[in-house]
Amino acid sequence: MISLYLSQSSWMHRLPAGVKLLLLMISSLLLYPITHLALMGVLLLATFLLYLSVGKLAIKQLVLLKPLLPLFGLIFLMQIWTVGVEPALLLVLRMIILILLANLITLTTRMDDMMTALTPVFMPLKWLGVKPERIAFAVTLLIRFIPVLMGNIQHLMEAWRARGGKKQIWKLAIPLTIQSIRLSDHVADALSARGGVSSHLTEHPSCNKANLDDTR
Amino acid sequence: MTQDKSLVQIALFAALIAALGLIPPIPFVTGIPITVQTLGVMLAGLILGPWRGSLSMALFIFVVALGAPLLAGGRGGLGVFMGPTAGFAIGFPFAAFATGYMVIQLKKLHIFPASLLASVFGGIVVLYLFGITGFKIVSGRDWLDASLVMAVFIPGDLIKAFIAASVVQAVAKGLPDALPTRKG
Repeated sequence: MISLYLSQSSWMHRLPAGVKLLLLMISSLLLYPITHLALMGVLLLATFLLYLSVGKLAIKQLVLLKPLLPLFGLIFLMQIWTVGVEPALLLVLRMIILILLANLITLTTRMDDMMTALTPVFMPLKWLGVKPERIAFAVTLLIRFIPVLMGNIQHLMEAWRARGGKKQIWKLAIPLTIQSIRLSDHVADALSARGGVSSHLTEHPSCNKANLDDTR
Repeated sequence: MTQDKSLVQIALFAALIAALGLIPPIPFVTGIPITVQTLGVMLAGLILGPWRGSLSMALFIFVVALGAPLLAGGRGGLGVFMGPTAGFAIGFPFAAFATGYMVIQLKKLHIFPASLLASVFGGIVVLYLFGITGFKIVSGRDWLDASLVMAVFIPGDLIKAFIAASVVQAVAKGLPDALPTRKG
């Protein structure tokens, strides 16, 4: 529910996450020097073909670009004004290609595989004394809390509408914050009553991975 | 405060930002939709303080990078870090840190102006520094142009700083123990 991952099989799914991330970095470097509009257009088409090669479900995910369209429009107009139509088109196309490529990795890589591929990023934290298992636990907690908090927001908004829904809606942020602080206190108490995060982890070494997969 | 309690708070505030991002954006007078997500960044700094606040935002951004569509408008995944607003996403932890640091520095002021100033500093000055830098790198524009494009979002963020300060003032009344940034 919460992940963008498409659970199916394709050649993109089979590539290791680290390789995909490396390819993305390389393509982002290669795209910058391109100043030929037709070439950029061909590359955009090639990106669409990549989506097509993954499958119909991936094509559907192209709507993810929609929330970005107003911003692209704004950038395009400002760019026409300062440097002209062609560089403006180049810029917007390059951005779209890179966003689509990065998104394709997200669509075809499981959350835990991505986590493993990104583990080197945690190394500095390890020197500070943070255990990677605690990070995994925090990720699991975060994903578990989202539906709870969404429910809280929904209840607050329903009550607000029942009261006539006219007074400033922003004031709902106050009870929402107070409820969230109370919730975190309760969860922390419940956790310490069960022996804390570390005992939890040693008893069930596999629980974090399992939880992450369940939320899909 | 125990380590486990901090961990829960960090995860819960990250989830709060995520839940706020799933609320549909409100079209602002300028026609640019504003989201309530940056309100959450300010609150994280004000309520959790610099360290836990920034860790909470770092956790959030990490989970977004893993592929969860948690940024406002249902955006997520690595595409976010290639887009024009990448700088803002990367700036979240730094903005929360700056907000939390500032509110501690302003401890002598009354809670409302202290929170307001800290939110403007962290949630607007620091966050836009990252946002504009990111936009400049992605779009290849000069500093002035990049700043002009991003300036349309500032009025909405000023309102959010006011809301953040009001929320913290109310929390200080209702749950005074919950604000480590105002102790001592």
